[in-house]
Amino acid sequence: MKEFKYVITDPVGVHARPAGVIVNVAKTFACKVMVEKAGKAPADAKRIFGLMGLGIKSGEEVTVRCDGADEDAAILKLEETFKENL
Amino acid sequence: MIEYYGKAVYESIAIGPVHLMERHAKHITDEKSGDISAETAKFNSARESAKADLQQLYERTLARAGVSQAEIFSIHMMMVDDLDFEDLVMAKINEGYNAAYAVQSAAEELAAMFAAMDDEYMQGRANDVKDISGRITDHICGSARTIRLEDSAIVVADDVNPSEIVGFEKSKLLGLVTSKGSVSSHMAIIARSMSLPCVVATGVKMDKSYEGKTGIIDGFSGKIIIDPTPAQLQEYTARLNKLIEEEAFRRSLIGRPNTTADGRTMEIYCNIGKSKDVAAALENDAHGIGLMRSEFLYLDSSDYPAEDYQFNEYRQTLEAMGGRTVIIRTMDIGADKKVSYFNLPEEENPAMGLRSLRICLERPEIMKTQLRALYRASVYGKLKIMVPMIISVDEVKWVKKMAFDVRNELKAEGVPFDDKVEIGIMIETPAAAVISDDLADIADFFSIGSNDLTQYTLAIDRQNSRLENMFDAKHKAVLRLIKTVVENAHKKGKWVGLCGELGKNTELTGFFAAIGLDEVSVSAPYVLKVREKLMQVNTAEVDISKYI
Repeated sequence: MKEFKYVITDPVGVHARPAGVIVNVAKTFACKVMVEKAGKAPADAKRIFGLMGLGIKSGEEVTVRCDGADEDAAILKLEETFKENL
Repeated sequence: MIEYYGKAVYESIAIGPVHLMERHAKHITDEKSGDISAETAKFNSARESAKADLQQLYERTLARAGVSQAEIFSIHMMMVDDLDFEDLVMAKINEGYNAAYAVQSAAEELAAMFAAMDDEYMQGRANDVKDISGRITDHICGSARTIRLEDSAIVVADDVNPSEIVGFEKSKLLGLVTSKGSVSSHMAIIARSMSLPCVVATGVKMDKSYEGKTGIIDGFSGKIIIDPTPAQLQEYTARLNKLIEEEAFRRSLIGRPNTTADGRTMEIYCNIGKSKDVAAALENDAHGIGLMRSEFLYLDSSDYPAEDYQFNEYRQTLEAMGGRTVIIRTMDIGADKKVSYFNLPEEENPAMGLRSLRICLERPEIMKTQLRALYRASVYGKLKIMVPMIISVDEVKWVKKMAFDVRNELKAEGVPFDDKVEIGIMIETPAAAVISDDLADIADFFSIGSNDLTQYTLAIDRQNSRLENMFDAKHKAVLRLIKTVVENAHKKGKWVGLCGELGKNTELTGFFAAIGLDEVSVSAPYVLKVREKLMQVNTAEVDISKYI
């Protein structure tokens, strides 16, 4: 299992557009991709409603975990995607 | 005659018969079907049809209104495809409910989740869920949602979804009035990009008796008139005709030179943020980009934008402009444009603080990365580099030295670049304006940043709304400085542009042409308006002393 932590800088938080980008990226990997925010149940990053349902706001920290065969590639790509979009 | 007001979305006028858009209520009941496999099949097929619709809407919106407007439909596609949504629907179907009811109740559950969130943006997403639910249930119930207008009409509705507005046949949709909605909604943004006369949030319920009556939308004031008096009809018809004529005339100026009646040329360029804005510049026949605000690359990033990322963006802009001049301003972060990863200290007076070039002087690697990206992109078009916030000759020397080093570095690496790229500066401080004779020795060109020049000259904070009335960009002090700058540059054989708000003020077009300004750069919708004015100017008849 691999993970990274990231603090959201986008002023609107995890809104529809970047959530869509993350779901699309997560779906390209076979491993499980979960996003966790303190005080909420972890959400599947391949599901847009789950991800948006976390209500992640600007300045909040999330933990992204990848677990599965291609977790190394997935964690790199997702970290890049978070940085670029959020 | 009935008159009411809403919020104006797009400044134009529409006159035509009113058509009320009512949604036919679907009768979705919680009846149990019992045939789980049949209901599952209905859901799956409706879901595929909904996705096909959305794909079509995405492509249509992309073509009409651009990628940022189209994006909502790709999000909707993702929602339709979402596994959480599917799980909720299937749970209901497995309980024996019919497919339409299962979809509707799943969507209600998700909409309730969004509505309960403590964030206005997320609460608004409840509408997206209802939109996709309606789309799928329409297919289940066999009532497809394409909206057919028999004849051209002003559509009056309670509310309109983004997907519905592009669903109309564009040639038949004269204008749009909604009781609900807001000027910043997605629908409003699309209406604006379609140049559609539109008023929202009237708060007035649809009245069936309006159907077929003549309606008028005044997109300037937000007024709606149903069943106008003959005098009103005459007034608005005249105004509409004038708008049509003016627009047609401006479009007819495409391809014409930016020349005054007495033959003096003042180029009209366009201000842009990112490469994607080039389309609007070209559509309005801008002869070049007078200001590309590269700080948008920094504002949209969560870390310093990498050299390759910048290079791609500059290259795309240069290529899209196909050999026309593109002036890219180096990073102008600071003052009202802040980014967290710069970790800049809080300042009492940020407009006069550590901003743009001043940051680069402390952190030269920022400038170096940007110059490398710019030079690498320079072979793809006609690039000029412009440096903001200059107050001294030494600063320009510092930048030119760094550019020199970057060129040597690229040469050593065997990377191709154009070694004739002009390096100019912005004249936006009174200091730079006053010593513009000295600066003209070393800078290749000037571009006057009239917004900051006015703020600093008049000592009036641009951000302070209480001083708005005193922020007079036509103040003689500002116009005299501008004239001095132009004269000083021309004495040394250098050219001068202007890229602030002042450029679009057509009351000053004659003055600018008469003092010999070489170029003004304005946002895309103003290019042809300024050209129209410029063509009427006879510089011999302009009394410069009246302005200064």
